[in-house]
Amino acid sequence: MPVTVAVAFLLITVGSVVFHFWSPWWWTEVASNWGGMDDTIILTFWITGFVFVVICLFVSYCVWKFAYRKDRIAEYKPEDNKLEKRLTWITTLGVAALLAPGLVVWNNYVTVPENAYKVEVFAYQWGWKYRLPGDDGVLGKTDIRYISDENPFGLILEDPNGKDDRLVDGDELHLLLDRSVKFELRTIDVLHNFYVPQFRGKMDMVPGIITYYWITPTKTGDYEVLCAEYCGSGHYAMRGRVIVDKEQDYKKWEAKQITFEKMLVQNKKNKNLQLAKSNK
Amino acid sequence: MSDEHEHKLEAKSDYTADASSVGASDIDAVPEAELPDQDLYHSHSWWTTYVFSQDAKYIGIQYALTAIGTGLLGLVLSWLMRIQLAFPGLGLLEPAAYYQFVTMHGMIMVIYLLTALFLGGFGNLLIPLMCGSRDMAFPYVNMLSYWAFVVAVLVLLASFFVPGGPTGAGWTLYPPQAITAGTPGSNMGIILMLISLILFVAGFTMGGLNYIITVLQLRARGMTLMRMPLTIWGIFTATVLALLAFPALLVGCLMMTLDSMLGTSFFMPAMVSMGEKLSYDGGSPILFQHLFWFFGHPEVYIVALPAFGIVSDLLSVHARKNIFGYRMMVWAIVGIGALSFFVWAHHMYVSGMNPWFGFFFATTTLIIAVPTALKVYNWIITLWRANIQLTLPMLFSLAFIVTFLNGGLTGLFLGNVTVDVPLSDTYFVVAHFHMVMGIAPILVVFGAIYHWYPLITGRMLNETLGKIHFWVTFVGSYAIYFPMHYQGFVGVPRRYFEIYESPYIETSTLVLNQFITIAALIVGAAQLVFLYNIITSARLGKKSEKNPWKANSLEWHTPQMPPEHGNWGKETPKVYRWAYDYSVPGAKEDYIPQNVPPSEVIGAKVEKT
Repeated sequence: MPVTVAVAFLLITVGSVVFHFWSPWWWTEVASNWGGMDDTIILTFWITGFVFVVICLFVSYCVWKFAYRKDRIAEYKPEDNKLEKRLTWITTLGVAALLAPGLVVWNNYVTVPENAYKVEVFAYQWGWKYRLPGDDGVLGKTDIRYISDENPFGLILEDPNGKDDRLVDGDELHLLLDRSVKFELRTIDVLHNFYVPQFRGKMDMVPGIITYYWITPTKTGDYEVLCAEYCGSGHYAMRGRVIVDKEQDYKKWEAKQITFEKMLVQNKKNKNLQLAKSNK
Repeated sequence: MSDEHEHKLEAKSDYTADASSVGASDIDAVPEAELPDQDLYHSHSWWTTYVFSQDAKYIGIQYALTAIGTGLLGLVLSWLMRIQLAFPGLGLLEPAAYYQFVTMHGMIMVIYLLTALFLGGFGNLLIPLMCGSRDMAFPYVNMLSYWAFVVAVLVLLASFFVPGGPTGAGWTLYPPQAITAGTPGSNMGIILMLISLILFVAGFTMGGLNYIITVLQLRARGMTLMRMPLTIWGIFTATVLALLAFPALLVGCLMMTLDSMLGTSFFMPAMVSMGEKLSYDGGSPILFQHLFWFFGHPEVYIVALPAFGIVSDLLSVHARKNIFGYRMMVWAIVGIGALSFFVWAHHMYVSGMNPWFGFFFATTTLIIAVPTALKVYNWIITLWRANIQLTLPMLFSLAFIVTFLNGGLTGLFLGNVTVDVPLSDTYFVVAHFHMVMGIAPILVVFGAIYHWYPLITGRMLNETLGKIHFWVTFVGSYAIYFPMHYQGFVGVPRRYFEIYESPYIETSTLVLNQFITIAALIVGAAQLVFLYNIITSARLGKKSEKNPWKANSLEWHTPQMPPEHGNWGKETPKVYRWAYDYSVPGAKEDYIPQNVPPSEVIGAKVEKT
């Protein structure tokens, strides 16, 4: 029995390590500047993996070596201050080695570079829209009370910065390769979270405030957007697309997006047309 | 209860007799009792004996059975969720039902199973017995505590039958979605959930005051705090945490109830729901998250600390060796408990709170890893040069070490704020918390039941069935949750009713999903073996001898086994040592119970405790 149990624990330990190195399930290739997060994970894996294996092996050894015999008396040694102190220090060092690099990367994550361009990500139950700042580089102010059929993004009409904002009324966003972008995250109803696995970044969107994070896409491609904060029964279907373009392609796409000013004019026309129709 | 006084325990302890026996030998001196012996209520009708019992042991069993019954519902819900996830083609559930089951599963397991079982169940059963008291300090309030819990469970279950069904807001109940139209059960369901939680907190407070006061005031003579078994330290500290943490949950629930029913805006900002502007304005959804996690993180330790304590005792008894570093273990329990109030926002790194909080909470979170790691070291050092009996409680304790170690280490991933960003809200989180606060404490619960079953019934549980139960549960649940971490690495988000074919998720991930589901069904089925064992052994199990594990702690040294009402017969025990004098050099037996005076074990070289 002791041998069986010791071997079982040994197999679980070895099995975990084997699974880690040979299982096909691993993260997607990173497509942004946040490779540092992956590195921190790898570091964490080595340190914690080492501890896991050592402790599990120790347990299986003890189970086998110190199995019950009637004639044996266990050691009687209530405390060992020296050993306990030593273990405390080793653990503290190990923990510090994990924490320090983690905090450095976090510092980068919450410090947006000044040259980053802005994109508003607009979330609602259950979909995505986007807003680009236009030629002035500034996103116009918004207020939830302004939201209407004619003004779906709720831009404050009096704010001149909003006039040239380009509105993307669909779930597909294009981003520039190798340019830092700050996502200004906005939701009009419940919590959401703008998540592209390959970019690694994540932040909840909270009604009433604008949250943010930034990335620099490092690979062209077509990526899936998922909502990563539970937002009701349509949560699982709240998907979108992000396409990382080189500058030329990006410009082409950007030019196709309608500005707020144009949209207002168009809406007015449509309204007049409808009015005219209903007057007939 | 008017005639309570006529039914006082017949023989209160006789102080003069005590004094003379103390005088007999100075080495056996124990301090005199500071309080008179407890008056107990003696039931004299069927109702007051079997239903509204005021005997803590009986209340403990009532708590445990109710909690386990509710937990079985949680288990069945998890089966349904897993089948839906792995075989979406069957069309077993609608999205709304899936989210409702996710929510109810989470809340049931955390609150109504684990919290109620560890504190209400094991707390009531073990505190008076292990401390050498006759009962809890306030037996009547203790009885009310249980019945408040029953009502809370009934209200929770009632939510399955109201229009719209139970809430599907996720067990974290984050507003605004918890009370707006896009979430299932956002009307009646959520209100019943909130009311049920409020009742639970009220009931728990009645029980919790009892546990604390009993430990502080009613310990037997000689039972100093630093001689208490670690089980009691764990339950005691967890109860203190709960009494400090539950009020945050309570106000959160009350405020959300007001938001939902009276249209206040504690947590509700101006918002548009399903194309309609709501009348809320100015509230803060993040405020709720702070309240919730100020409760929610200590809650993890409310479940973990009793498990830490119990597993320490199981390891020590079945390894025939003192727990290593007892004082360090006590201070680690207290330290972890205190620190647990300074780490809550590590659940909120990407919640949109001020990102600079991340530095503070990552640091506190990793600091809490140090005392936790020390506990793991002390458990395994206890095994070193021990005399390990591979009984069922020992097997479950060993499995706990591996599982808890695994879950604790993945906590270092999630606590380290940077690493949390890609992993949060993925299956890595689901795997982590199930490992560390689901499977690990449940393994301790099983170990504890196999250990204390003879104390409750006077009979042993069947060993063969127990072994089947152990191996399937341990290996099976490891097979469920270990690979699940890797789904999280891939980036599979949690709380997804269906993944569909995402371009970045390989088909093999879906195969893994099926594997996990099948493992979950098998592990669930193994629990039926356990239930069968529990039920049949109560009548047919092998009769247990008086102290079947040769344990030191007081609960095994009552005059009758199972102990009767009042526990100790004529006189409450006197305590001369800690609970861990196993394999003392020079002693005849490999254990010296806490109530054995030094004069009876003259040759034993015990360390003074």
